[in-house]
Amino acid sequence: MSRPELQAPPEIYYGDTEAKKYTKNTRNQQIQADMTYRALELLNLTPDEPAFLLDIGCGSGLSGEILDEEGYIWAGVDIAPSMLEVALEREVEGDLFLQDIGQGFGFRPGSFDGAIRYLSHQSPILALRYQSSSVSVLQWLLNAETSHPTSSPPHRLNRFFTTLHSALRNPSRAVFQFYPSSDDQIQLITSIAQKAGFGGGVVIDYPNSNKARKVFLCLYVGGGGGQQQQIPQALDGDVKEDGKVRFERRRARDLRKDNNGKRKSQKVVDRDWILRKKELYRKRGKESVPRDSKFTGRKRKPVF
Amino acid sequence: MVRLITHNLLACHVKGCTSNNFPLQLQNVQIELRDADFNADFLKTFLPKLEWKALVESAKELGDTSLPIEQPEMLDDDFLKNLHHVLLEIHIEEGNMICPNCKHSYPISNGIPNMLLAEHEIG
Repeated sequence: MSRPELQAPPEIYYGDTEAKKYTKNTRNQQIQADMTYRALELLNLTPDEPAFLLDIGCGSGLSGEILDEEGYIWAGVDIAPSMLEVALEREVEGDLFLQDIGQGFGFRPGSFDGAIRYLSHQSPILALRYQSSSVSVLQWLLNAETSHPTSSPPHRLNRFFTTLHSALRNPSRAVFQFYPSSDDQIQLITSIAQKAGFGGGVVIDYPNSNKARKVFLCLYVGGGGGQQQQIPQALDGDVKEDGKVRFERRRARDLRKDNNGKRKSQKVVDRDWILRKKELYRKRGKESVPRDSKFTGRKRKPVF
Repeated sequence: MVRLITHNLLACHVKGCTSNNFPLQLQNVQIELRDADFNADFLKTFLPKLEWKALVESAKELGDTSLPIEQPEMLDDDFLKNLHHVLLEIHIEEGNMICPNCKHSYPISNGIPNMLLAEHEIG
């Protein structure tokens, strides 16, 4: 299966049907929820302090709903109109914008800087990334759609990070999850982010697991002033599976087959089973089904 | 679902348009009022981020004159209630946002502003 970002630009890939499909998929919902909680954790907001967050690539508002629940006020941007329409239908509370983040933000520069004294530490603005099972906003940024110089990936990334940097309060954080296809991509993204003035780096959760491995880009605005911002600890150790060994069910199913791959005929189980089978045959109209009696399914005495 | 809280943060981002690009003027707007949860703490922390003059002007364009022209020193409940109403309960459904400098128009349809730029406008 090839990655969605290689197939078409996001506003086309997430058309009406794909947008609905994406939102209804419970697996995507789960992934989005996990990601949002983890991103909020990485943002390290001061608890119980109201914050104004930015959800970049808010899509159909799956992550936005969680932000609503957690009591954050937020604004979301996305480039796919169909996704935004779904978000409208779902009545999320944030303000939505149709915007190409590669073109930069129009948010007032400096409006989020550290003017607030009693919010002296981290960040009332979050930059969430956006993900489907394999896509994130940064990935889409890496796609050149036309030959115009403003659509080259480095230029778009640069524009994105510089405008984001100015829109964020000082000090604050931005967290992205993304699925890099190579180390070069990580290199490119982090170097451009650093040029734009961000500090921080990459956090990799579960680096040894193929399934649960998640790459987060944790970016800081500011960070001096006595409170050195540290890159958060990545999650490690064993991934919690759902209590089952993989392929357990398939193995149990295969055990019931004989060498030719056909289902083995089951041995007689008990009286209930026999009665059920006989009932079934009678229902199907099979003749000469023996009648039920007190001897049906009775165990023979070990006389012989 | 543009509310004045985000409108107050929004400036024009067309290439080369760097001065006098805020606030975006609202034209031909249709508004809708929707209740939102009142959160006094949030308003207090958000207050310093607001460009007060622009907010009062935009509210006037939307027909709401409950805010004082000067930002008051004392925050009483009435004031916060009014601020809450202006910031979070007025939704702009249809209309245009016009940059006062380069006259670029960002259309709002269905509550979603279209912030996309043409190729020659990208900075």
